[in-house]
Amino acid sequence: MDSHNIMFVILAVIIVLSSLMTVLTKSIIRAATYLLFVLLGSAGLYFLMGYTFLGSVQVMVYAGGIIVLYVFSILLTSGQRERLCGGTRGKLLTSALLSLGALAVFVFAIMKENFLSDVLEAPSETGAEAITMQSIGENMLSTEAGGYLLPFEAVSILLLACIVGGLIIARKR
Amino acid sequence: MIQIEYILILSAVMMFAGVYGFLTRRSTLAILLSIELMLNSADINFAAFNRMLHPMGHEGYFFALFAIAIAAAESAIAIAIMINIYRLLKNISVDKLTQMKW
Repeated sequence: MDSHNIMFVILAVIIVLSSLMTVLTKSIIRAATYLLFVLLGSAGLYFLMGYTFLGSVQVMVYAGGIIVLYVFSILLTSGQRERLCGGTRGKLLTSALLSLGALAVFVFAIMKENFLSDVLEAPSETGAEAITMQSIGENMLSTEAGGYLLPFEAVSILLLACIVGGLIIARKR
Repeated sequence: MIQIEYILILSAVMMFAGVYGFLTRRSTLAILLSIELMLNSADINFAAFNRMLHPMGHEGYFFALFAIAIAAAESAIAIAIMINIYRLLKNISVDKLTQMKW
């Protein structure tokens, strides 16, 4: 068992425990904090796969942007006092059974499937599987096969529409 | 040795934690937190499939990248709507939002 595997086990434990606590905790501000740990753990998973740019985007956009936005809006709407888990006992039980049953089906399907994969090795910086910054930039702005210029522009228009829409929705009337 | 099944099961646990939260939570902001969990588990699957089944390609990598951008846009708009609802109704619990029916 080398350090790569130990790191994976630590990240998996952090992600599983924090994602369960996100949906089970009583206080919404604690749920947001546990979600932050889930997102940082999955950023660690990306770093473990050797996808360092994806991991940094995850830390910057999710942990730095979205969670801060959530915490601000939770404090603005003073949602700390309100009841989080409503509903009767039967409804909670039904939801838990539904999720656990679907999870069991997923795990069964995953274990039954024969993936053509080798095991995840520690990434090497010079290996063929490493995605470098240069190849990211070239793919992002190329119009040839395997280029992503059209989705890139579509996302930029989406973000512009999102800015305008956010201003219009949340403005003072 | 980390096999792809381990990562897939990890993201499945995350996904169904999100589904459970989506079904049981009363506050709309907590429902949005559960949606973030589900989106994030899908991103992990994209990256894992790309890294382990098709290491020379980059399709899953860019899908995860664009999915993160779209999730950011979605949560920004959703939070703007929540703040507007709170300003109008002084409550964002889904039990109290009965005025949105028409």
